[in-house]
Amino acid sequence: MPIGTAFHDRTLALCESLNYREWAGYYTVSAYETHHEHEYNAIRNAAALIDITPLYKYRLTGPDATRLVDRVVTRNMQKIKVGQVIYTPWCDEKGKVIDDGTVSRLAENTYRWTAADPNLRWIHQNAIGLNVSIEDISEKVAALALQGPTSGRLLKGIAEADITNLKYFHVTTGSIAGIPVEISRTGYTGDLGYEIWMAWDQAKRVWDVLMEHGCAFDIHPTGMLALDVARIEAGLLLIEVDFNSSKKAVIESQKYSPFELGLGRLVNLDKARFVGQDALSAEQKRGHAREIVGLEIDWGSIERVYEQVGLPPVMPAAASRVAVPVYKGGSQVGKATSTTWSPALKKLIALATINRENAKLGSELEMEMTVEAVRHRVRATVVKTPFFNPKRKTAVPLEG
Amino acid sequence: MSSKYDVVVIGGGHNGLVNAAYLAKAGKKVVVVERRYVLGGAAVTEEVFPGFKFSVASYVVSLLRPEIIRELDLPRHGLEILPLDGTFTPMHGNYLWRVNDHAKTLREIARHSKVDAEAYDEYGKAMVEMGRFVKPILGMTPPDPTALNLRGIQDLLFLGRRFQKLPYNDQYNQVQLLTMSAVDFLDQWFETDVLKATMSASGIIGTFLGVRSPGTAYVLLHHYMGEIDGAFRSWGFARGGTGAISNSIGSAARELGVEIRTEAPVAKILMTGGQAKGVVLENGDEILADVVSSSLDPRLTFIKMVGKEHLPDDFVEDVNRYKFRGSSGKVNLALDGLPDFTCLPGPGRHLRGAISISPSVEYMERAYDDAKYGRYSRRPYIDMVIPTLTDPSVAPPGKHILSCFVQYAPYHLKEGTWNEKREEFGDTVVDTISEYAPNLKKLILHRQVLTPLDIEEKFGLTEGNIFQGELTLEQLFFLRPAPGWAQYRTPVRNLYMCGSATHPGGGIMGAPGLNAAQMILADWKRGRI
Repeated sequence: MPIGTAFHDRTLALCESLNYREWAGYYTVSAYETHHEHEYNAIRNAAALIDITPLYKYRLTGPDATRLVDRVVTRNMQKIKVGQVIYTPWCDEKGKVIDDGTVSRLAENTYRWTAADPNLRWIHQNAIGLNVSIEDISEKVAALALQGPTSGRLLKGIAEADITNLKYFHVTTGSIAGIPVEISRTGYTGDLGYEIWMAWDQAKRVWDVLMEHGCAFDIHPTGMLALDVARIEAGLLLIEVDFNSSKKAVIESQKYSPFELGLGRLVNLDKARFVGQDALSAEQKRGHAREIVGLEIDWGSIERVYEQVGLPPVMPAAASRVAVPVYKGGSQVGKATSTTWSPALKKLIALATINRENAKLGSELEMEMTVEAVRHRVRATVVKTPFFNPKRKTAVPLEG
Repeated sequence: MSSKYDVVVIGGGHNGLVNAAYLAKAGKKVVVVERRYVLGGAAVTEEVFPGFKFSVASYVVSLLRPEIIRELDLPRHGLEILPLDGTFTPMHGNYLWRVNDHAKTLREIARHSKVDAEAYDEYGKAMVEMGRFVKPILGMTPPDPTALNLRGIQDLLFLGRRFQKLPYNDQYNQVQLLTMSAVDFLDQWFETDVLKATMSASGIIGTFLGVRSPGTAYVLLHHYMGEIDGAFRSWGFARGGTGAISNSIGSAARELGVEIRTEAPVAKILMTGGQAKGVVLENGDEILADVVSSSLDPRLTFIKMVGKEHLPDDFVEDVNRYKFRGSSGKVNLALDGLPDFTCLPGPGRHLRGAISISPSVEYMERAYDDAKYGRYSRRPYIDMVIPTLTDPSVAPPGKHILSCFVQYAPYHLKEGTWNEKREEFGDTVVDTISEYAPNLKKLILHRQVLTPLDIEEKFGLTEGNIFQGELTLEQLFFLRPAPGWAQYRTPVRNLYMCGSATHPGGGIMGAPGLNAAQMILADWKRGRI
């Protein structure tokens, strides 16, 4: 049975729908209201407050901290300055992705590392011979994501920190209502947004201040259903949905390399030794066999499929995590793993793993769609991700 | 100065812009001339008071054709539609609240009547069926039953077959919809007075009819045909106000090569040898074009800009008889906080949908009684929204906008003029709302009152009719705007109509602009142009 996060009293009081799910052993709100449309809308048009405490969090300190991170992740940590945050995958010896997450360089020799799965053992195994201390701070640090176009203005008003000039994928220290916090300009929505990190036992006070002052900025506590739609629009991958951790994969085809995730740009093969380097080098020379891409599904083709049975096309409001086959001509060339109607784009979109020869931009494919328990195929085109990428996401200084 | 275009579109409202975009998409060289400094016509956002961006006239969206959104890729051009959640009807000592939460809505209706709660789903299903029946008609050029060509016969057969496919009780409903009053139609399902009052209100919007006047049932359906994200009858806000819709269409049109001139009022349509040859602007500039496409209403297009001398007499008579009868006004308030309704106090989700002052059928009918005799309603029907609860971008933090659509406000007043009565009318609206939300007056920072006269002068909507002419049966489909001229063509060669005064009518739908573009392009192919 899950347990509550640092904010459980607060979320429970607001979660009218009692619609919770489990995330890393914690209760997590799926949607506060019966329908998540207003929560989604808060992400794209106002400010959404999301409890992301269940993330696994590690703190690395010591003279070899940089060396340790560099040894594990695929990106070159020597280039990451204090105050910078990176998103990166990390791999096993075979170059298959174990997990992905963010690493913040908080000080010269201090990092905070977040992960979807427990990684303490893996980090320890790679720290042999290094002068570094590794602490699992998952239960000591609570975290909130504040996402949406008004999030910056709200935060500017209550945080003792330079929010105006905080750049995308950077972190700063400060305080909210006297409570020390770290604020990073990061998130899982593809919008303007921040993540706030604070001590577990003082976290509720930060929530209260955000909710109180957030009123004028139309703040909405927001759950996972709305987040799932937003993250697909942002083209962000979800472990165990779009790909599998190589540690959990049962068969080889469930494992993905960073190239297959479409994250080749995050693999620095010419940096110092790191886990999976040789395998990734070889894969780069050989070329990867498949890739996660964006699909845009043709609406006319959906309408026709529904019209055949005399129904109006109806799109579910929630994202689907059911994998469905993708075809080219007669044969299957991949699978769509996350599919959602995008309210922002007014399109049905999907993240899909596609054989490389069909993964090129503009490639015309077909995706399976089931209507009244009959399987159909609808036209789909490979498009660039992020599907939705507003300027405000990265604008500095903050607009408004 | 003169320059030559394929098409000059008069009016930069949403229909004019849709029309221009589709013509340019087909390769035509198009210029749009707009009288005002801003695009959008009645679908416009203006910062009337510093920091407050009002959807000055039209304020919600539902009918905008999904194919237009897709084909012009409007989301890429800035269109975002946000949810408008439910309808709250305050009463004295009670309320009715319908919301995007099915179980809650049924519980709420059951509080008034358990049988109505059951009937509610049946009604909704029937209306969706009929909405689907009507939907293809929206994209159709109305066939003229007196002069049927092959295409017209095909269209009528298609409709006939679709009609036959409707469940038999929906066939009856369809006929009833076209003939009954909104209240009589609703009486067949419901017994709760306030429910019927609020639902019947969508049957009178933009018409000079009461909820008990025959023919108003059809307008109910007109408001049920909207769809957002594939969901019928859902309504929404455009982020940044309704002007954002027009701006997104304008941006798409510009990308397709359309030239848009604002502050370019047209004085006359240039006529040579009985044909339209372009337009003359008020500053004297001539714009020559093979085709003139007017998104204005027929009175402005024909009587003012073409001139009677170029038109057949019977057509002039039809245009003169075309009914505008503006019946509504608009009051936009900038507020320092949220109105607090006595019947359901405090801020809450009931404020983020439509708020309808329509407490009883009698109230609605009495509001009409005033109008029949030439005065604005002493206690009007008011449809309000607070867009700032869904879209904080339109007002400073913590401040709100209350947008009030007010009916009835007849264009022709029996006593006095609208210029004399404007503020008194505004007071009536504020007083009416204050009976349900007494704190309102204290909250008002700024007030904008638009009478039908203001709507006419500001937006070029004759007699202040928001739909460019009433949506009544005798002015719909092959009769809109005039018998024999419902196919976007006009008695003047090379002059076309593309505004809300053509089929399928008003609302931010875009269908007239799109259908007209298709007709113009087809005529080009046929060699008529």
